[in-house]
Amino acid sequence: MKKAIVEIVDVIDTGQVYQELSHPKSGGICVFVGAVREFTQGEEVVSLEFEAYRTMALKEMEKIAMHASDQWQLNAVVVRHAVGPKEIEEPVVVVGASAPHRDACFTACRYLIDTLKERVPIWKKEFFKNKSVWVSAHP
Amino acid sequence: MEVLLFGIAKDIVGKSLLRLDTSENLPTSVKELKQTLVSSFPQFGKLSSLAVAVNSEYAEDDVSLKQGDEIAIIPPVSGG
Repeated sequence: MKKAIVEIVDVIDTGQVYQELSHPKSGGICVFVGAVREFTQGEEVVSLEFEAYRTMALKEMEKIAMHASDQWQLNAVVVRHAVGPKEIEEPVVVVGASAPHRDACFTACRYLIDTLKERVPIWKKEFFKNKSVWVSAHP
Repeated sequence: MEVLLFGIAKDIVGKSLLRLDTSENLPTSVKELKQTLVSSFPQFGKLSSLAVAVNSEYAEDDVSLKQGDEIAIIPPVSGG
């Protein structure tokens, strides 16, 4: 049975993802975790915050999960993003794919995170010591 | 007509919901809405991209806007 978990949460628990992706027909499970990095282009980030257009973000995440699931015949897929204030080293996004063999889950995992970053309406604001910036807003 | 604002769009307008008055000429398409925004708030013209969502789906410029649609401005996304 195919399984897709798509969620927007306040706090990500990276410990739960293996259980969610584990499947009797899967010989490979691939997970990507995105975290808060301390430095952006040489500047020290104090903290950051994510905001989402929740209904649309969930719809887009669902589309990405379904497409990956069909394209690479996944047994399970997870797409989970966090919102709200985040500290350095905190996980902010987890995507994962579970498939019979590793090639499919590596490729699917890459597709999940790349497409999420490109399409899902979630915004990151970085707070530095003296300013704050919406990431990617300006060329 | 109400327009939802997120991220930098919220900062540019100064609120999370923009009400376009019915006495004005209301935009009838996504393209017109973008034009209205850029002329009222020139900072929208400086963004890397400016997308619009209608009923929580990305909408191209030629999509028409109808009463009751949920309309949102989608500035450059930066999730992940």
